[in-house]
Amino acid sequence: MNKVCFLEEKAQEMRRNIVTMIHEAKSGHPGGALSATDIVTVLYFNELRIDPNQPKMKERDRVVLSKGHTCPVIYAALAMKGFYEMEEIYNLRKMGSILQGHPCMKKVPGLDMTTGSLGQGLSAGAGMAFGAKYDKLDSRVYVIMGDGEIQEGQVWEAAMTAAKYKLDNLVAFVDANNLQVDGHCTDIMPVEPIDKKWEAFGWEVIKIDGHSIPQILEALEAAKKVKDKPVCIIAKTVKGKGVSYMEDVCEWHGIAPNNEQYEIAMKELGGAV
Amino acid sequence: MSNEKRMIPTRDGFGDAIVELAKENENIFLIDCDISKSCKTTKFAKAIPDRHINVGIAEQNAGTFAAGLATMGKIPFISTYAVFGSMRMLEQIRTSACYPHLNVKVACSHGGLTPGNDGVTHQAIEDMGIYRTIPGMTVIMPADYNATKKLVIKAAEYDGPVYLRFTRDPLPIFYGEDEEFEIGKGKVIKEGKDISLIAIGDALHQAIAAADELEKEGVSVELIDMHTLKPLDIELVEKTLSKTGKIITVEDHNIFNGLGSAIADVIAEKGKGIMRKVALKDTFAESGDYYKLLEKYEMDSKYVLKMARELL
Ligand SMILES: Cc1ncc(C[n+]2csc(CCOP(=O)(O)OP(=O)(O)O)c2C)c(N)n1
Ligand SMILES: [Mg+2]
Repeated sequence: MNKVCFLEEKAQEMRRNIVTMIHEAKSGHPGGALSATDIVTVLYFNELRIDPNQPKMKERDRVVLSKGHTCPVIYAALAMKGFYEMEEIYNLRKMGSILQGHPCMKKVPGLDMTTGSLGQGLSAGAGMAFGAKYDKLDSRVYVIMGDGEIQEGQVWEAAMTAAKYKLDNLVAFVDANNLQVDGHCTDIMPVEPIDKKWEAFGWEVIKIDGHSIPQILEALEAAKKVKDKPVCIIAKTVKGKGVSYMEDVCEWHGIAPNNEQYEIAMKELGGAV
Repeated sequence: MSNEKRMIPTRDGFGDAIVELAKENENIFLIDCDISKSCKTTKFAKAIPDRHINVGIAEQNAGTFAAGLATMGKIPFISTYAVFGSMRMLEQIRTSACYPHLNVKVACSHGGLTPGNDGVTHQAIEDMGIYRTIPGMTVIMPADYNATKKLVIKAAEYDGPVYLRFTRDPLPIFYGEDEEFEIGKGKVIKEGKDISLIAIGDALHQAIAAADELEKEGVSVELIDMHTLKPLDIELVEKTLSKTGKIITVEDHNIFNGLGSAIADVIAEKGKGIMRKVALKDTFAESGDYYKLLEKYEMDSKYVLKMARELL
């Protein structure tokens, strides 16, 4: 099977896991998890230097899911990679679970940063990238942000810091689905032109279709060739991607599907309930 | 206050200690927020430039950046003023450093009323109470230059988040260079049986002056330096309480949630003992000379004496 087909299948499997765990938990954030799924799939199944047997390996690449509310996508990825049992996903948001409503690095094997308070992940990623460079590790750090999230001022403080320290081992994704909690980003607080902003802050900018596996693969390769500056990959995405009734519908930001909706979703994602 | 003693701000103690520490420990990093000159960290920047980060006037970023660096096995110290270190970057430290219990130290100058002339915007009177409320946070305010040097080293040795608070204004050197300190263990400076004066940070000097006065009057004073607000040395509080039954707390902080409140909790739970708090009485102060402010806002040794006489 070629790489792209393999990754596309993994992405569908990841989407099924995401919808399943949120359905089981009866709460969670499917929309932004599904918009980031293709990016996360390419990272975990093609890109990252990680080892489920040594989740703390010093030389590993790091991922900071800055939009922490969409953690089911990372929880699914880590389970599929074998960092913990797949059954664990059924405990999402339940008492005693390692899978908290927003992700906690002290509980989840393979999770590199605690997130859930928007606007902080890029700072954490910059700190990691700085530390990796100091230690002469060739680890790379990937931060995934939402497009609503970049309204946070701290993001731009971190953007300046990463540029100042020439953190070319740092890659930031903006999951540009044009939706946040209260509506379209363009209405709530326009963030466009996103590309010009990052460029102005001294970053290399790559624009892609965030659901095209080949484009994600290509962007990650291109990012490695950039020297002396951090790279921002602006991924145009569809919130709720893959589940027809969730696609580009604001309400699916933070609610769980009922049984009927769950069955439809699983069918659409190529799985059997 | 004796004038013969050498006077030096505790921020200088931090500035000196962090360089010495970093020379010995390759994991020490310093994060500045454009006020390295007044936080006394320029020495570090010069001596160890590759482990010095200046993020500019961006305290929130400093907080989470430090957390990220800590995940790489480093020991980042963030240096800024206490108002900004406790309030502008509060949620960053709470969620990104304290929740995952990362090895981040927030080391702040300009604690309490010590940046007197700068006025209310720069006087941190809420900081220790705020940080005391966060699970897993350690809160320390050393009382002089030598105590600062020792406690900064202790903070670096401890694996977890710590808030350290220093003074802008000079304080007398009280401790010898070889005095030893332990986080969470108060220091009994003098034993006594009539009344206990428990102080933290710069306020210790007011307590010392009051204790001297009381001793002259024949009162036996137990004097305690409670440099660690959290974890509080409860054992020591209980011990002194059983000896004297009367406690006066002295702190350069708002009267809520600081040392007085922490000790009041112990007294309430024990159900015995009486106490008075000497602290800023839930008001903003103003610009002015530090010592004059202490006098005006009833936080000086004279007021400690007044409270002591009330209790005795
Ligand atoms: C600091 C902070 N403020 C508010 C929230 C509440 N919140 C959770 S998700 C969200 C919207 C995020 O939108 P976006 O970043 O575009 O993410 P996505 O569309 O990918 O879900 C908000 C406001 C939060 N988690 N953190
Ligand atoms: Mg969005």
